Amino acid sequence: MSDVLIVTEHRRGELRDVSFEMISAGRELADETGGKLHAAVISGDVDTFADQVNRDGVDAIHTISDGEEFNHDIYTQALEQLANELDTSYVLIPHSVNGLDYAPAVAEALSLPLVTDAVAHSFDGTLEVTREQYGGKVETTIEVEADRAALTIRPAEWPQADGMGEADISTFDAAIDESAIRSTVTGFEEAAGGDVDISEADVLVSIGRGIEEEENLPLIEALVEATDATLSSSRPVVDNGWLPANRQVGQSGKVVTPDVYIAIGISGAVQHVAGMKGADTIIAINTDANAPIYDLADYGIEDDLFDVVPALIEEFGGSVPDM
Amino acid sequence: MKVLVTVAEVAEVEDKFEVSDDEIAEQYLTYDLNEWDDYAVEEAVQLSEEEEDVEVITATIGPERSEETIRMTLAKGADRAVRVWDEAIESADYLDINSKADLLAAVVEEENPDLVLSGVQSGDKANGATGVSLAQKIGFEWGAVVNKLELDVDGGVATVHRELEGGVEEVTDIETPAVLTIQSGINEPRYASLRGIRQAQRKPLDVQTLEDISLDADVVESPLAQTSMYKPESESDTTMWTGSPEDEAAQLADLLRNKGVVDA
Ligand SMILES: Cc1cc2nc3c(=O)[nH]c(=O)nc-3n(C[C@H](O)[C@H](O)[C@H](O)COP(=O)(O)OP(=O)(O)OC[C@H]3O[C@@H](n4cnc5c(N)ncnc54)[C@H](O)[C@@H]3O)c2cc1C
Repeated sequence: MSDVLIVTEHRRGELRDVSFEMISAGRELADETGGKLHAAVISGDVDTFADQVNRDGVDAIHTISDGEEFNHDIYTQALEQLANELDTSYVLIPHSVNGLDYAPAVAEALSLPLVTDAVAHSFDGTLEVTREQYGGKVETTIEVEADRAALTIRPAEWPQADGMGEADISTFDAAIDESAIRSTVTGFEEAAGGDVDISEADVLVSIGRGIEEEENLPLIEALVEATDATLSSSRPVVDNGWLPANRQVGQSGKVVTPDVYIAIGISGAVQHVAGMKGADTIIAINTDANAPIYDLADYGIEDDLFDVVPALIEEFGGSVPDM
Repeated sequence: MKVLVTVAEVAEVEDKFEVSDDEIAEQYLTYDLNEWDDYAVEEAVQLSEEEEDVEVITATIGPERSEETIRMTLAKGADRAVRVWDEAIESADYLDINSKADLLAAVVEEENPDLVLSGVQSGDKANGATGVSLAQKIGFEWGAVVNKLELDVDGGVATVHRELEGGVEEVTDIETPAVLTIQSGINEPRYASLRGIRQAQRKPLDVQTLEDISLDADVVESPLAQTSMYKPESESDTTMWTGSPEDEAAQLADLLRNKGVVDA
């Protein structure tokens, strides 16, 4: 019997959605191994969180009340002790930004092999994990030739568990070594607000690294003007300083749900897709037929943006800038 | 002060490629400096420009081919480089996170840096785990997904912003020595100057075998095996507009007009 331990995630007093997805991912694995599903709730208002996490499929919830906000030193120590105490075979952690900050340390502390960013898993005596490579252009199967492992779970891949649960909720007294806490969260900051709110727009013309140079941006701006759309972008365009941060769509930028999203020279990396998959109609202009954006797009133009965009501008009666 | 930057060379896949025997043939791959490591190198070089006596060392696990990439980081301002490689690593079936962190930990042991900078993830494998795994192995404190760094060298504290989801940043004080994984956008990576490229040719690039860093060959053994690789099946049916760019543009325009989202 191989038990599964999932870790939930909260921020500034609220559980994050990924916590409920973890229940589904963990339950699926526990059903296959024939084990129990345990959930860990660490730091903050653990009693309230535990009640919220008590959804269908969870067998036991363990609360560890040390700390307020996420701190990787507390999480690592607490999970090492809890997993040892429960003798769980599989530890599942969200592949979120905070997950990146403690999952490898937990795996190391427990001497578990680690497979990250799982998009699927199956167990049939051995655990097999599916993960992507090369920006989503291929998938690979990783076979775990060990009885125990740690996995990180890609957010938004599993459905959120719902339905009232009947889990046993108990307090786990972790012995946290305060001297090993060598980092302190001192606050939070909201990144760039500013003039436009791209999440309000009906039509977004969104540009990615395919634009190549800042000097080429006027071409996209002319299209935006001709269609009366709003300009947004993928991360590299913001990283390069070509557009301000409030234009960025994705995991670390804005989540947008326009009527039409036109992705130009954007590959469709998972962190980008996290911000725009809710768009009503998605149109991709990309020379690479294998780009993952086409897994999502309703319409596509597999052609060079430097040919298509000028044609589009003319179609809408705009003027193509000299470049 | 010594700053060690882990630098990976990553593979990018050409637009048209095939997967055969569960791998992508060399002919479809091109190699480059990992995007996130480029930002980590820049951050280290900027530190060396701001503070007195900072030595920047890059550490790479990679075959001879990666020396071109390593020289590029030297041309951008790193002082010297270590490249770990030998036959045992070359013939490893699956170099997992744990093995990579073990190899890098051995380099850290030799070099004794005050600060280690890694990229958040590599562009090809995207594990996003090596830096934090390394920190736990060597007993350093750490911070992942850092998009702002202020170092108080005398106080032994790195004040960082960790870029969380949804435009929120966490401000954290981290005791040094520490491993920080660097997020893209933290700075503007420089291009190597011609002078830098010339100088890089004379900077030390040491190749270390497992034996040199006092490790046994079993360090590259893994309980993980990659048993298949394939192109994912497309989950949606995309309507492709074809023809000349003008034809394609006309079809897109029709759709927007029919939806009533543009007037033009
Ligand atoms: C923690 C974390 C958070 C992140 N958050 C975000 C986020 O919020 N938002 C985000 O976007 N990314 C985010 N990323 C980065 C993400 O992983 C990708 O690196 C990024 O989305 C890639 O942007 P891109 O598609 O513009 O570039 P690329 O992946 O380089 O794609 C460029 C595309 O343009 C196409 N192209 C090139 N030339 C042309 C041409 N002439 N005509 C037509 N097509 C062309 C190419 O075929 C390619 O598909 C995050 C990463 C991490 C690790």
